[in-house]
Amino acid sequence: MRKSYQGIWTLAALAVAFSAFAGTAFAGEVTKYQAGERRSGYTYAKKETQMIQDDDLANPGYLWVDEGEALWNKVDGKAGNSCASCHGGKVVRLNDVATRYPVYNAKLGKMQSLEQRINQERQEKMGAKPYKWESKQMLSLTTYIRNLSKGKPVNVSIDGPAIPFFEKGKKFYFQRRGQLDMACAHCHVDNPGGIIRANTLTQGQSNGFPVYRLKWQKPGSIHRRFRGCNKQVRAKPYGYGSDEYVNLELYLAWRGRGLQVETPAIRN
Amino acid sequence: MAKARVKVPKSVKKGQAFLVKTLISHKMETGLRKNKKTGKKIPRKIINKFVCTYDGKEVFSSDWHPAVSANPYLAFYVKATKSGPMNFKWTDDDGKVTKKSVKISVSG
Repeated sequence: MRKSYQGIWTLAALAVAFSAFAGTAFAGEVTKYQAGERRSGYTYAKKETQMIQDDDLANPGYLWVDEGEALWNKVDGKAGNSCASCHGGKVVRLNDVATRYPVYNAKLGKMQSLEQRINQERQEKMGAKPYKWESKQMLSLTTYIRNLSKGKPVNVSIDGPAIPFFEKGKKFYFQRRGQLDMACAHCHVDNPGGIIRANTLTQGQSNGFPVYRLKWQKPGSIHRRFRGCNKQVRAKPYGYGSDEYVNLELYLAWRGRGLQVETPAIRN
Repeated sequence: MAKARVKVPKSVKKGQAFLVKTLISHKMETGLRKNKKTGKKIPRKIINKFVCTYDGKEVFSSDWHPAVSANPYLAFYVKATKSGPMNFKWTDDDGKVTKKSVKISVSG
C-alpha cells in the first residue's frame, strides 16, 4: 500500500515537473526575433527582405546610421556644442536608449519620445533649432541612436507616473476609428499572419523603428507608420509627435517587451 | 547626401576571387513620377554609370537605367592580383560624381 502511494507521488511530481518544463518552453521561448508569443515583424517578412536586413552592408538603413553618426559629432547652435560634447564620442551611456523610450518627463508632466528629447536637448543645451520630425537629420540621428541599442531587449517602464499614459495608449489601441471603424487590434491582435490585400499582417511591433520601408525607399518614424495606418482605416491622423501617438508608442513598446531592438529594420 | 559604403575582405590570397559589396545613398528618381500638387513630371535623376578600378585597370563597370531602386546595392567578385587601392566611381545624370576608395591587402 505504502509503496504504491509513493509511486503515485513520484508520478504526480513527474507530471508537474514535465508540465512546468513544457510551460516555460512555450511561454518563454526567446529567439533573436521572438519573445514568447511576441514576434518581430522580421518573422513575417519574405526571405529576400530578411536577407537585406541580415547583411549590414546590404541594409540601406545603415546609410542613415552613418549620416546620424556624422550629425552626432557635428557642432551646431549658439552654444558651440555637438551631441558628442556632452555624451562623448563613444556613447556608452546611450546604448540602451531604444529599449527605454518613450520615458516619463517630470518637467513636461507627460511622456517624451526620443525625437522630442533630441529637440529638447538641441534647444536647451546646444542653442540650436529643433529638427522637423520626419526630416533627414532627425531620421538619421534617431536611427543612429537606436542602432546603438541593437540586440538589446525592449524594456520600457510603465510604472508610477507612466501608468495613466500607458492606459491612454492602450485605449487608443483598442478604440475603433475611421470610416472603416477599425481599431489597431483588429489587424495586429486578431489577424497577424493573415493577408490584407497583398501584404502580410504582422503583430505591429515597434522594435525595428525607424524602419527602412522598401515602399518608402527610406527610413520612417513610428509616427509616420501610425499616420499611415490611421489613414488606411480612413481616420484623420494625428500630428507627428502628438500626445496620442507618444502614448501609443509607449503601449506598443510594452506590447513588444523582450523583443530585441532591430533598428534599422527592413520591411516591405 | 550621396554617401557610399563599401566592404571588402580584410585580406585576400593572391589569385583568389573576393566579394566586393557596395551601397550608395541616392534617390534614383525615375523621371516617370509626377508631382502630385503641380502635375508636372519630376525630372529623371539616377546614377547612370558605375566604375570600379583596381590595379590600374577597370575591373567592373555597369550602365544603370531607370527601375533601379533607391539607395542601390551592388556586389560583384574581383580576382586579387596585388595590394593597393580599389577605387569606385558613381556618376549621376547631373554629372555629380561620388568617389570612394578602399585598400586591398593581398597576401601570398
